[in-house]
Formats: sequence, structure tokens, C-alpha cells
Amino acid sequence: MKFKVRGIDTFASTGGRPFDKNKPLIVFVHGSGLSHMVWVLQTRYFAFRGYSVLAVDLPGHGLSSGESLKTIEEMGDWIGDVIEAVGCKQASLVGHSQGCLVTMECVAQHPEKIKTLTLMGGASAIPMNPELLSLAEESNPKAVDLMMDFAHGPAGHFGGHPVPGLYHLNVGSMIVQNKEIKDTLGVDFRACDNYKNGPEIAKKLDLPTISILGAQDRMCRLKDGKKLADMIKGSEVHIIENCGHMMLLEEADQTLEILKKFILEKDPIN
Amino acid sequence: MDPKTYKFDTLSLHAGYQPSKNAGSRQIPIYQTTSYMFDDVDHAAALFNLERGGHIYSRMSNPTVQVLEERVCALEGGTAALATASGMSAIFLTIMTLCNAGDHMVVSSQLYGGTVNLFRLTLPKFGIKTTFVKPRDTEGFKKAIQPNTKGIFGELVGNPGNELMNMPEVSKIAKEAGIPLIIDSTYQTPYLCRPFEHGADLVVHSLTKWMSGNGSSMAGILVEGGTFDWMQNDKFPSMTEPYEGYHGLSFAEEFGPTAFTMMARAEGMRDMGPCLAPQNAWNILHGIETLSLRMEKHCSNALKMVEYLSNHESVAWVSHASAPGHPDKELAEKILPKGTGSMIAFGIKGGKEAGAAFINNVKLASHLANVGDARTLVIHPASATHSQMDEATLKFAGLSHDMIRLSVGLEDFEDIVNDFEDGFRAAKKPRLVANK
Repeated sequence: MKFKVRGIDTFASTGGRPFDKNKPLIVFVHGSGLSHMVWVLQTRYFAFRGYSVLAVDLPGHGLSSGESLKTIEEMGDWIGDVIEAVGCKQASLVGHSQGCLVTMECVAQHPEKIKTLTLMGGASAIPMNPELLSLAEESNPKAVDLMMDFAHGPAGHFGGHPVPGLYHLNVGSMIVQNKEIKDTLGVDFRACDNYKNGPEIAKKLDLPTISILGAQDRMCRLKDGKKLADMIKGSEVHIIENCGHMMLLEEADQTLEILKKFILEKDPIN
Repeated sequence: MDPKTYKFDTLSLHAGYQPSKNAGSRQIPIYQTTSYMFDDVDHAAALFNLERGGHIYSRMSNPTVQVLEERVCALEGGTAALATASGMSAIFLTIMTLCNAGDHMVVSSQLYGGTVNLFRLTLPKFGIKTTFVKPRDTEGFKKAIQPNTKGIFGELVGNPGNELMNMPEVSKIAKEAGIPLIIDSTYQTPYLCRPFEHGADLVVHSLTKWMSGNGSSMAGILVEGGTFDWMQNDKFPSMTEPYEGYHGLSFAEEFGPTAFTMMARAEGMRDMGPCLAPQNAWNILHGIETLSLRMEKHCSNALKMVEYLSNHESVAWVSHASAPGHPDKELAEKILPKGTGSMIAFGIKGGKEAGAAFINNVKLASHLANVGDARTLVIHPASATHSQMDEATLKFAGLSHDMIRLSVGLEDFEDIVNDFEDGFRAAKKPRLVANK
């Protein structure tokens, strides 16, 4: 659905159901250069099981208008405004990759609005390879190819998409290339590279939190994901074997099962 | 720093398959099953409602067929693919997903005869009309577009006359009109050309041909490039508006670069059901493993055949984009740098009667209605593959009665030539009799 956030047209997938502000809300936040489309194998499930879901397109991404936000802090604050803009008081947050930094920042800035936090393929900091960052800021398509290479585990490189007929690397690539690379991926990578608040915020988080990590993640390595989880009080950790950074697609079923268990327990439908 | 993603030949052997998820089986298992067990009622509901991926019933998807879909998708550089029972069913499914009654297509006139008949005779029964344009008439494609036109369709190298459609230029016309360009790339395979790199939005194949190479199995496929923005205008409401069949799902919003294939499977395969048998998928996959090696030999043999035929006293003309003086030679060199394929059309002196004698007297070359087999194939299109066309349509499609269509195989070149010499010798005889 389209709605206004700070006066800008914003798109969020509602998982195929009409949005209902009276149902418990789950907000999904995508990673660098991506869009709501990466969440389709999680959002539709919850949308048809009594939740309202918003898989948002960050400003300038996917089907949202406006320019990309330049810092993780701004993005975190913006997610707080999204919750308000749709008439809700609270939400559970689910972030992937850069979305983990954004959702942690949102909790730090708007603790009263957030019920639970799910971090997929996260780390407390995501420093970028300088060459990859430059390529993205130059809109060089090679940046996307490198990102797809790093983002998928060895198995994902062969294929085996959970949805018959889809091919992992090229789907991800086309989602990123839907927009000018420097305006989305370039800006996002720079925001990740600049962001330093992660460890400090992680140590202060005090809400039900779960980390879902890929054993063969090369974007946010398993050890960094575990380190982040260790910083968060009482955080659950689930490691998915034979999986890279894109666990929400590479191992969509396992990811959904873990998420289901966590959300149904920590943010149940009344 | 370069990405370490797998390249073409590696993808030909490995894409789409993970042994670790198949009992360690190095070869792809043939999942000879109609249906798949659900974990519980919730799991079944989620699968039926496209909430999660997986298999329900082999009309919609099958794990062996899925490997084929991903493999072709990877080779073409596409986002998603849907395998079908034949190349024709891939085309039909594509058009039925794209169009509604009252819509219109702009289509290259030089196509496989069955495709011509689909657009000319069958699709009008569903209220879908077509304007045919000669493949070299690039401006003609633009002029033929109407407000209700939903796409441009063509074979890059037209069957059987080997005239090229200027894909990059026609793609610009399609983009300006906000409609997709659909290319039947059967003749090329992704080894010779990846149409998405030249502006195509959807690609279809008859996998029965060079992709398989073994002549054992029928199969087709639709591949999506993920490049077309279905939401750019209001021409494609079935893609962009809530779809009743899945509780108000908007395919374009939800699936973006894979929306068309998702719709084609969810609606088209569900309702029409031209599904591919897993055994056939497996046979085709075996062929794809050697695609590069075979295409190289097909092309090198074809080049030698063009030279041989061009210098033969019994041959009136030869059409192959590699041939000197071919009107599309420059374009072919640009978009088909590895070779222009192994289909050759030639005219035999003595016309239809001589053509029949030639075909009746070759022994190594097989006379049959297929192309792209590992074996050399010949046919007389006017009396076979395109025989259901009337005279005017034959002429418009660029077919003449003296035309022989040759699909050059992988045999030793000298053996093909020796066989053709027998055919040409026999072809001279009826002409002498006729002259008396």
C-alpha cells in the first residue's frame, strides 16, 4: 500500500491483505539497495495469520518516492515515523543486514514503539570493502555482481530457490538494479560504513530479541553476528547451516519457522 | 576484485541443483511423482496461497523440472523461468498471461509455421489479434503498434528464411510504447545470444531443439528478464491490479522482477496445465550439459556448409547470416558474435520437384519436422512445416517453393557433403525428365 511518511509517498507490501491497524504490526526492513520484495516468503504468512505486516521500501527504494536517507540514524528514526503514519502505537521489527542496524537504531530512538526485534544476518557494524563502496557510488553494475556473490552462500550460488523457477543471484540483482545504483546501494553502503553506534546501542537493548545467522555468511560473518547477539541482553541465536547472508530467501522455510516461533511467543495475537 | 559467480559452462552443468538436498545424488533425481506431502494443514494452506515456496502438484511444479528451469534461467541471465510441455505451449502460455480478449500483438512474419498459425488462426478465437511485420522492417513494428497492443514477438533469426530481426532497435520501439519484447531464441540458445542483454524482456525456447540436442524429448520454457516495469502504465491490469484468484494479490507489487513468471505459473499452468514431464526435463538437462561444445561444432559445420552450398552448381541461393552479401551480416556479427547458428535455407535449382528429389535421396540427413538435433536434418517447408499457410502467407513469410531448410548436425563434414552430393545428383534427374 502507499501512504505518506513525512509528506513523501511511501510503499510497503502488506503481504496481500488489507492493512488493519488494530492487528499486531510487524515491520520488515530490507538491506542495502534492496526492497520489500526480499520479504515475500515471510510477510504473506503473517499477513494471513492475524498480523498486519509492512515490508517497507525505504525512501528512494523500490516503489517509495523521495531520496535515500543518508544515515542509519535517519533511517531508524524514519521507521518510527512509519509506525505512527499508519496509526499504530507499537510494532515488532524485523531487519536484514543493513536493516538490522536500522531497526536497532529505531529501538534506541523510539523504545516505546518497539515490542520485539529480529535481526537477520546482522552485525554491530558493517564496514564496507572500499572498492565495493566506490563501485556502488559510481553506479558500476559490478558492485551488484559482487554484492550478489558475497550475499549468497555456496549453495545459493548453484540455485535451489524455494520458489520453483526463480534464480537467486539474478532476482537479487534485478531488485537492486530497479533504481540507479549510486542512489540506493551507493548511499546505503556509505551509511553502513559510517555507522558506529551499533555496539553501544546493542548493549542497551532491553526487549525480546532474536538473531538469525547464516553459517556461511560472507557479508556479515557468523562470528560478527554472534558477537552482536552476545552484546544484547537475553538475545536468542539461531544459526542456519549451509546458508549465506540471504537466509530469508536461501533458506526461507527455516527462517520463517524460527521467526514464527519467536513472534507467536513474544508478540502473540490477542 | 571480480565476482566469483559461476560462468556459462559451469552453470550448464551445475545451476539449479544441490546434491546435499537430494541424498547426495550427483545426478539429478527424476521425481516421478504427481504430488507432494504437506507437513500439516497450515503448511498446505501456506503453499496454496503463495506464502512459501515448494511443490504441491506436478502440474504446477516438480523438483526435476525446477532444476531445468533454474538452469536455463541462469544461462539466459533471467530472474525466473517456467518450463512447459513444448515450445508452442511456452508461447501460448506467455501470450495468454500477457493478453486479454480485445488485445493485440505485433509479430514478426518470419516464424515457425506453428507459431504463425497460433497468432493467425488460434489466438483470434480468444479475441487476440495480430499484425504481422516483416522482420527487417524495423519501422514497421513501430507503425503496427495500436493502443491495445500488449507486446512485440519475434524470432531473432526467422524460421525458415534466416532473416534477422533488429532486436536492439525493436526493443527501443517496445520500450517507447511501454510494452515488452518477447524473443523466441530457440535457434540461438543462450550460448549464441542472451536476448536480455539486447533489450528483450521475455524469452521463450523450444528446448526440444539445440538445448536438448538429442531429439528425444519435447519441452519448452518461458524465461523472464526481470527488466520490464509492469506498473509503468495501465496496460497490464492482470499484473498490477488485485487478483481475485489469490485473495487480492498484485503480482507486480509483490514479486517485481519475477512477477510475470509467477503469474504464468499461478494462473496459466494452474488453469491450462501444459506441464513438462520430469523424465523429459531430465533428458533435456543432459543435453544442456554439453551445450557449448555442441553449439561450437554446429556453428563450425554450418559455416563450412554455407561455403559448400554457395559454390554448388545445383544451388540457386543460400541464406545464412554468415554468408557473404547476406543483408543481415553486419547485425549478426554484432549480436551473434559466436556464430549465427546452424540453420541454413537454400534454394535448389529445379524448384519444388528438384527439392523433393533431393530430400528423397539423401540418406544420412534425416527428413523430419524438427531442427537442432545433433544429426543433420532437412525438410521442404512449403510442403511440410509451413504447409498450412496459403500462397499469400507463404510469400509474406519469405518462403519459396524451391526452399530447403537445413539444420546442420554434428557429423563429420565430409560425410554430410557426400550425402548431399547424392541428393543433388538425384535432383537433376526429374528436371531433365520434366524438360522433355
